[in-house]
Amino acid sequence: MSRLRLAACAAAVAMLGFGAIGVALAADPAVTAVDIDNFTFSPPTITVASGTTVKWTNDDDIPHTVRAVDGSFHSKAMDTSDSYAFTFTKPGVYSYFCSLHPKMVGKVVVK
Amino acid sequence: MSGLEADGESRRGFLKCMTWAGTGLVWTVAGGVPASIGLEAAAATTRAAPFSFVQVSDSHIGFAKPFNPDARNTYREAIAKIAAMPKKPDFIIHTGDVSQLSKDDQFDDADQIIKTVGVPVFHIPGEHDVLDEGQGKAFLARYGKGTKGAGWYSFNHGGVHFVALVNVVNLKAGGLGSLGPEQLAWLKDDLAAHGPSTPIVVFAHIPLWALYPDWGWATEESAQALALLSRFGSVTVLNGHIHQVQQKVEGRVAFYTARSTAFPQASPGAPGMTPGPMAVPADKLRGVLGVREVSFVARNHTLPVVDQTLA
Repeated sequence: MSRLRLAACAAAVAMLGFGAIGVALAADPAVTAVDIDNFTFSPPTITVASGTTVKWTNDDDIPHTVRAVDGSFHSKAMDTSDSYAFTFTKPGVYSYFCSLHPKMVGKVVVK
Repeated sequence: MSGLEADGESRRGFLKCMTWAGTGLVWTVAGGVPASIGLEAAAATTRAAPFSFVQVSDSHIGFAKPFNPDARNTYREAIAKIAAMPKKPDFIIHTGDVSQLSKDDQFDDADQIIKTVGVPVFHIPGEHDVLDEGQGKAFLARYGKGTKGAGWYSFNHGGVHFVALVNVVNLKAGGLGSLGPEQLAWLKDDLAAHGPSTPIVVFAHIPLWALYPDWGWATEESAQALALLSRFGSVTVLNGHIHQVQQKVEGRVAFYTARSTAFPQASPGAPGMTPGPMAVPADKLRGVLGVREVSFVARNHTLPVVDQTLA
């Protein structure tokens, strides 16, 4: 192969490679954060794409949990600084609450 | 507070409030005076011997924040206070949140500490005590012998009927404390065996009255439970959960919530506050933590309650 042709092939392969990486990056699941503080989930309602992982972090000075009303997810008790993550694969509306302090409610809308 | 009794005998009730300098608060409600010696002599009821017990609550072993770096220490102080009482109580009732996170070492440490008084202890769980994998099985394994369902039970002592209720499991989103239909059915059955002159003491973690529903300081089915208790001449309800003393009298039912031995919480609905731990200056901490001694004296319709702080 001539040097010029080799270079062209290498460039083509490189472009294909970058293209592939680009596709892979777009398919990485996004992580959405929910903060827990002052007996409140913030934001109280989030909307995410199917395949998204939601991560709750407890910044309050008392343990909290996250429990789905339909039972589809349930965290262990999170002390201050602990977190819990759940990946939503099925579209739907998921209401949840803190099983220690049931007045604390939130919602994940999965599209 | 109504002083008239259903049996037709007129009684005078009066409320006395005394403050002991520095160490505690005494509320004494004296139920009544027999109308005449003749009536008293003719009374068929046997006089039960007076006795006392202690309520402790919300020890939250495992809790550690700068204003109370180890809840074990303040619990030790509270228990030492009980052990030092001139007359040992017949038993101790712990109205829940024994642990902070339902961990084995937290329950173990709590048990080791309270054991030093050397009297029986009756437990019911708080919401912090049912956080294990089995959602309450760890608590039951430890304290649930002879109990039913999520851990409710009753016992008699000195002519008084004690009822232990669990209102911290199967909580619903947006809801309050919950007794559940199974427990209510059991309660109805359990109380049926007792006549209206039997004094009743009910204990449960979350307040059994609508103290402050916005903060979850209430129980969904409290009206149903209280309806079952309404025919009794003397009912005392002891609760925890809110880490402060609040009281209410409704007819012949006297409600008391208790202090914690770990940390205080804000007054119901205090502006800018949450229902969580309320930090206090180190020199004020022991003035807001405490234990309660409850006495039974025959022929009184309400039980004298003595709240003592740690300092």
